[in-house]
Amino acid sequence: MALSPEVLAEMYRRMLRIRLFEESAQALKTEGVIPGSIHLSIGQEAEIVGACMAVERRDYMLGNHRSHGHPIGKGAALAPLMAELLGRRTGVNQGKGGSMHLADFSVGSLGESSIVGSGIPVAAGAALAAQLRGEDRVCLCFFGDGASNEGMFHEGLNLAAIWHLPVIYLCENNGYGATTSAREVVAVTDIADRAAGYGIPGEIVDGQDVVAVHEVVTRAVERARRGEGPTLVEAKTYRYDNHAFGLHIENYRTTEEREQWLRRDPIPLLRDRLVADGVLSDDAAKTVEDEARAEVAAAVDFARTSPFPEPAEAFDHLFTVPLPARTAG
Amino acid sequence: MRTISYREAVRQAMLEEMRRDPNVVVFCEDARFWTMPTHGFVDEFGPDRVPVMPISEEGFTGAAIGAAMTGVRPIVDYTIANLMYVAWDQIVNHAAKNRYLFGGQASVPIVFRAAMKYANATAAQHSDRPYPQLMNVPGLKIVVPSNPADALGLLKSAIRDDDPVVYFEPLLLWGAKGEVPDGEHLVPIGQAAITRPGRDVTVVAIGDAVPTALKAAGALAKDGTEVEVIDPRTLVPLDKTTILESVARTGRLVIADPAHKTCGAAAEISAIVAEEGFGSLRAPIVRVVTPDVHPPFSPALERLMYPTPQRIADAVRTVLGAPSAVKDLVS
Repeated sequence: MALSPEVLAEMYRRMLRIRLFEESAQALKTEGVIPGSIHLSIGQEAEIVGACMAVERRDYMLGNHRSHGHPIGKGAALAPLMAELLGRRTGVNQGKGGSMHLADFSVGSLGESSIVGSGIPVAAGAALAAQLRGEDRVCLCFFGDGASNEGMFHEGLNLAAIWHLPVIYLCENNGYGATTSAREVVAVTDIADRAAGYGIPGEIVDGQDVVAVHEVVTRAVERARRGEGPTLVEAKTYRYDNHAFGLHIENYRTTEEREQWLRRDPIPLLRDRLVADGVLSDDAAKTVEDEARAEVAAAVDFARTSPFPEPAEAFDHLFTVPLPARTAG
Repeated sequence: MRTISYREAVRQAMLEEMRRDPNVVVFCEDARFWTMPTHGFVDEFGPDRVPVMPISEEGFTGAAIGAAMTGVRPIVDYTIANLMYVAWDQIVNHAAKNRYLFGGQASVPIVFRAAMKYANATAAQHSDRPYPQLMNVPGLKIVVPSNPADALGLLKSAIRDDDPVVYFEPLLLWGAKGEVPDGEHLVPIGQAAITRPGRDVTVVAIGDAVPTALKAAGALAKDGTEVEVIDPRTLVPLDKTTILESVARTGRLVIADPAHKTCGAAAEISAIVAEEGFGSLRAPIVRVVTPDVHPPFSPALERLMYPTPQRIADAVRTVLGAPSAVKDLVS
């Protein structure tokens, strides 16, 4: 099914938002304004947006430490995300989570997790809740190649399969867990093959092609909504930066490999295709780019000018109702 | 009033809450087996609310968290407390932290049920009392009921609580019978009970050390020593006021706890009383706890581990000034 020009333009817009957000995060980290570590999604924008746009706003989503792209792809407002990276009280997590734990429940983002693979069973639970209530919501769960070696991958996929849960497991195979090559530590060439162990479909898709990812994930979403259970989708992709920004350890990847993947940068790939197909004129593409740049700039402004949390806020949100004074702790 | 067992109280609490609230579900391996308190639940509530459960503790704990953040209230039964360790990451890194990490966007209303199978010749991998480890994790509430009425009332409160509650059941007490009030019976989380009032020595006892302490108190009463037995019932949040007020009256404190000594609940209670009630103390605090060694399999050794009426009574005599009768277990 051909996608409408509006949908294709929106894909381009969201991918640009991620790219520009990440470039700003790099600059702010270099400047020393962002504390902690950041793991950038640059290079992976197509698989994120292709998958996120195959689900609805009401659908659930979980992700991992490489976390900025997922909520942006799902449609979260940029300013509270950027403020969270800067540790401000206006952050989407009110300064409690930071880069690796972004969550925006208003768009179905149930939280990124910095423990590799841990979101996989949690996604099954969110899907179970939808199934229990008879809703047709699905849950999209992002994780990397490294997570497919965790026990939680096995337990989570098995649970989703035996309960026929509406989950789309999206493995973002960028080839490396930190500095370790997936070729060395994953016993199969294609992680999608692991789906066979759970009796569910496993699909491989070009993660640099947003339209291809959208098509495959749409099929998985349709299956899930029909009550036919989970699908494992493996998107072959690449991160252009290091595992975490500022880690200067490049010798685990070859220059040739990096250049080969840079030639398939998903952003120009989509732009060229949209212009060539007459979906967007060059001017219209520029307009989308200017708008995305302005959105990110506004988010950075908002974050920079937002206050830090007050000391007493350190105790907020631990429990739903604060503990009584007569108790210890 | 009616008289029921601790196990039946646990079952009644779950039944009442599942009938009251369709969002309450149970995750339990072998839930249909006749020995389980959930026996018969599948027939009444169906497989959607009592799903068949693989041996995947970490997986189904994660699933409970996902369900809890999206409106379901799971009761997760680990059957044996040690099996929680398999799910430790999900309990500690996720259930306890998600509400905080996400700036209050979601609550995680789960009850983790853990039956502690110690004093049952099941050796070290099946005999732990892991509540002290979880007391060190902010974001979890921890209850250890010691009688059927509290087992019923605290489990019902735990199921209604919007935050994760770890509910520890001493399996030794499953068969113990006691009176429970008719009608709706809720025990608030965070409130200690003065199980037996007394003027001479405060004994704070946890879990099955409560009936053990009551036996010691009965024996000591014959010699004219009036022991006040306090059951905290909840370890987090701990009702320190009730404990401090009792120590202010008696001036003497013994803590009886079947968990290990180091960094345990007894250590924490000792520290609170030392910090906030030092002026009331007329003698050093004495802990009657399990030594820092694994529960041995052989009953000949395991029975030396946990608080007994004799050990508690000896500790009470010691804080009253008798030459120390508290000995190391194998001295």
